[in-house]
Amino acid sequence: MNMLPIVDHPAAARPFVTNPDRAPWHDKALWFVRSKRDKQASSVPEWEYLRSLASQIKTATIANLGDYLTEFERNATALGAVVHWAADAEEHNRIVLKILRDHDTHRIVKSKSMLTEECGLNPFLEANGIDVVDTDLGERIVQLRHETPSHIVLPAIHLKKEEVGETFHEHLGTDEGAADPKYLTEAARGHLRDKFLAGEVGITGVNFAIAETGGFVVCTNEGNADLGASLPNVHIACMGIEKLVPRFEDLAVFLRLLARSATGQPITTYTSHFHGPRDSHSELHIVLVDNGRSRLRQSDAFRDALHCIRCGACMNTCPVYRRSGGHSYRATIPGPIGSVLSPTRDSSKHKSLPFACSLCGSCTDVCPVKIPLHHQLLAWRKEIGNLKLLSYDKRISMKMASLLFRSARLFSFAGWVGRASLKVLPHWATHHRLNTWTIARELPEPPKESFRHWYAKNRK
Amino acid sequence: MTPQLTSQAADTTGRQAILDRLTLRPVRSAGLPTVDASKLTSFEEPLAKFTEMLQSVGGEVHLVDQPDQVTEILNQIEVFSNAQRVVSLVPEAVKGSFDLSKIHDPHDLAAVDWTIAKGEFGVAENGAIWIDGSTLPHRVLLFIAQYLAIVLSRREMVHHMHEGYARLGTPISRFGVFVAGPSKTADIEQSLVLGAHGCRALQVFLTP
Amino acid sequence: MTVALFVPCYLDQFYPEVAIATLELLERLGVDVVFPPEQTCCGQPMANTGCTADCAPVARRFVDIFAPFDSIVCPSGSCTSMVRNHYDDYFAEDDDAFLHVKQRTFDLCEFLYDELQIQELKIEGQDVCFPHRVSLHQSCHGLRELRLGPSSENMTVRDNKVRQLMNLVKDVEWCDLSRPDECCGFGGTFAVNEADVSAAMGRDRVADHVGSGSEVIVSADMSCLMHLQGLIRREKSPIEVMHVAQVLAGRKLKKTNAK
Repeated sequence: MNMLPIVDHPAAARPFVTNPDRAPWHDKALWFVRSKRDKQASSVPEWEYLRSLASQIKTATIANLGDYLTEFERNATALGAVVHWAADAEEHNRIVLKILRDHDTHRIVKSKSMLTEECGLNPFLEANGIDVVDTDLGERIVQLRHETPSHIVLPAIHLKKEEVGETFHEHLGTDEGAADPKYLTEAARGHLRDKFLAGEVGITGVNFAIAETGGFVVCTNEGNADLGASLPNVHIACMGIEKLVPRFEDLAVFLRLLARSATGQPITTYTSHFHGPRDSHSELHIVLVDNGRSRLRQSDAFRDALHCIRCGACMNTCPVYRRSGGHSYRATIPGPIGSVLSPTRDSSKHKSLPFACSLCGSCTDVCPVKIPLHHQLLAWRKEIGNLKLLSYDKRISMKMASLLFRSARLFSFAGWVGRASLKVLPHWATHHRLNTWTIARELPEPPKESFRHWYAKNRK
Repeated sequence: MTPQLTSQAADTTGRQAILDRLTLRPVRSAGLPTVDASKLTSFEEPLAKFTEMLQSVGGEVHLVDQPDQVTEILNQIEVFSNAQRVVSLVPEAVKGSFDLSKIHDPHDLAAVDWTIAKGEFGVAENGAIWIDGSTLPHRVLLFIAQYLAIVLSRREMVHHMHEGYARLGTPISRFGVFVAGPSKTADIEQSLVLGAHGCRALQVFLTP
Repeated sequence: MTVALFVPCYLDQFYPEVAIATLELLERLGVDVVFPPEQTCCGQPMANTGCTADCAPVARRFVDIFAPFDSIVCPSGSCTSMVRNHYDDYFAEDDDAFLHVKQRTFDLCEFLYDELQIQELKIEGQDVCFPHRVSLHQSCHGLRELRLGPSSENMTVRDNKVRQLMNLVKDVEWCDLSRPDECCGFGGTFAVNEADVSAAMGRDRVADHVGSGSEVIVSADMSCLMHLQGLIRREKSPIEVMHVAQVLAGRKLKKTNAK
C-alpha cells in the first residue's frame, strides 16, 4: 500500500471549492486582479509585440545560459559582489547559513523570494537557531500563522481580513476583532520597522539579473526589499539561474510586462537596481541556484517553463485555481505554472496537478512571456502516462474507450445500450455517487436514435 | 554592532557541475531581438501622461515655477510643517533640518520624517521617476523616511521604459531606483493601503 | 468538392439533432456533404488523459477514414482542434494523408465564415429568424486554439466568427456577460476527474448567463452545453441551451427547463 502522504488535487481542493464562503469570494478577488491586468494590457497598444520580444529574449537566454551566467558572474564580481553557485536547495541553504555564521548573525530580514520558499530556507535556518522575519506583509501574515504562501504574488490571498485580524491580535497585540486593512497594515508597519532596524542581514530575491552589467533588479510595492537590503551591511540575493536577462535594455521589455500582468499596475512602486555592494563597508552575496533548472532546460517539451517571470497572472486567470485555492496544489508554486514545474521535481507526488486543468488555455494567452502552459500541462499528462503513473481506473477506462472507438459497429452498439438503459432505468439507478458526472448534473436525455442511425434511414 | 567582513570567499562548489549540465544539450534560438522603435507608443504630451500615471499610482504632483515654491507648498501640508527631521538633497528647494554629515550608520536615520530627493527623469507611460543612488548619501533615505518628496525637472521626460534604459546607457551608480508613487500593499483582501514599509505619501514637484 | 461531416462521438449518440441541423445547414448552402459511417471519435478523451498508446490507433483510423475527402467539417471546436493542433504526436511529419486531414479539417463556423464566406442566411427565400434574448458561450478550444474570436486575455484584434454568423440571423437580441469567455468547466474527463471544481465553474457560468437576462445559451461546442445543461436541469435554472448550428438552421427555441 502506498503510504506516502500524497493528496490528489481533487481531494485537496474539495473543502475549499465546496465552501460557499470561500470559493466564490476567492474567485472574485482574483478575477478583480485579472480585470485590472486586462485594463493595463489593453492600454499598451504594443502589448502583443512586447510579449513576443520577451519570449524571444528568454529563449535566447536559456539557449546560452551557461555563457550568460559566467558573464554575469564576471561582471558582478568586478563590482565587488561575491557570487556563489548552488547545485540544489541543500547547497543553497548551506551557503546562506555559512554567510550568516561567518558574521555571527541571528536576526534576518527577508523579502519575498519564491526561490527561498522552494529551497525551504526558513525552516532550515530556524532549525539552526536563526530567526528569519519575512517582511512582505502577506508573507509575514502566513509566517505568523505557520502557513505557506497560497499565491506567488499575493501570499495571503486565501485569508479574510478577520483572520488576519485574529493573527495580528495574537502576535502583534492589535485590538481584538479589529479587521480594517488600513489599521492592520499600520500595525504591521510598526512591528516590522522594529524588525528592519534590528536585522543584521537582509535577504532578498531577484526579479531580473543582467549578464551585461552584473547587476540585478528587485521589484516591490511595499519597499520592504529596499529597507531590508539598505540597513544591514550584508545583503544576500538568492536567484534561480533562469532569472537572467542578457542586456540592460532588456529590462524595459520585462518591466513593462511584469507589474501589469501581476497586479494590473503600470509598474511596481520600487524597481531597484543593485550593482555591487552598498559601499566599502558592506557585502553583497549573490547565490545562483540550479535546483533542477539545468535539467528542465534539456526538455524540449518543458524548457519554455524557464521563461517564467513569476508574475502570477496564470493563477489569477485560472478558473481552477480561483475556485480551489493555492494550498490545494500542495506545492511551492501553485496554479498553471506550478502544475508544470512541480512534476519536474517529483512526478509521482504531483501527478494529479496536470489534470487539475480544464485545458481552457487562458493561462497561455495571459502569460507575458508566452509559455504554452496548457499545452505543457497536456504534455505532462502524456508523460505521466508514459511513466505508468496513471490510476488504474483511468488506464482501464481509456483502454476500453480505445477498443470501442476502433469499431464503428461496437461503438454504435455501446451507444445503443447507453441510450436504452438511460431510457429504461429509473433516475436513481443512473444518477448516484458512483457516477461522478451525476453528483452535480443530470445526464443528457437519451434521443430515440443516434445520428448515424438517422442518417442511414434518411440519406441515400 | 557592525558585522565583520569575513565572508568574502565565493562558494563555487556547484559551479562546474551546473555549467556542464548547461552544455549537455545544445538549444537553438533565433538570437536576441532588436526592439523596433516604430512599434512603440509615444505620447503627444509626455508630461501630461506622466502626471496622469503618477496620480493613478497615488503620487501627488505639483507644478512649480521656481525651486523655492517647493517649501511653500510643503508648508501647507501638516505632516511637513510639524516635521522635526527633514533631510533635503535638493537644498535649493528645501532647507533640511537634519545634519547628514555625522551619520555613518544608516540605522541612525530611523527617525527621519521627510526626505527630499532629486529625480533624474520621469517615464510617461507609468509615472515612474528614476533616482540615481549617487545623489543619496545613504540609499535607505528613500525608504526609511515617513514621507518622500521628489524634485524633478519637467523637461526630463521619456515616453517609455525603452527610452528610459537608453538614457541610462550603462549603469555607473551602485544603486538606482524607479519610484512610482508611495509604498503600498494590497495583501489584506486586496484592499489597497498606502504606506506599507516605505514612504506613506509621495509628493512630486515638477520644476521648469 | 465533397465535404465529410465529422460528427463528434457524444453528438452522434446523444445530440443527433445538432448533427442533423449541421447537415441540413450545409446541404442548404449547396455543399456536397456526406457522413462517412465508419467514423467514431477523434481520440481526444484518450489523448487528454495521457493515454498516448490508446489514442494512436484511433487517430490513425480517423485519418484513414477522412483522408479521401476534400474537406472535413465538424460542429465542435474542441474536436477540430484535436485534429489540427494535437495530432502531430501520432503521425510522421511526411504522412501526406495526415497533413491533408490536418489542413482541411474545419470547425463548422470557420467553414461557413472563412471557406464559404456566407453573407446571408435564408431558408426557402425567407430570412432565418430567432426572436430571443441570446447569450454566447465561447468554448475555450474554439476561442483559444482555433481563434474563432478574440479572447479577453489576448490583445490581438480578431473577428468573432461565431457572433458574426449569428448576426446573419434576424431578431437576435444579445445579452452581454460579466465574464465573456470564462471556461464552463467541462474539460472532457476533467468534468469527472475534478467534479467539484468543474461543477462550481459551470454553476458560475450558468448564473452569469441567467443574470444577463438571456433565454438561451448558444455555443459552437455541444460538449460545454451538455455539461451546462446537466447543471441547468439539476438546479432547474430558467435558461435553455442550443448549438449555433441549430439556430443557423432555423430551429425554434424549445422551452423545456423550469421557469
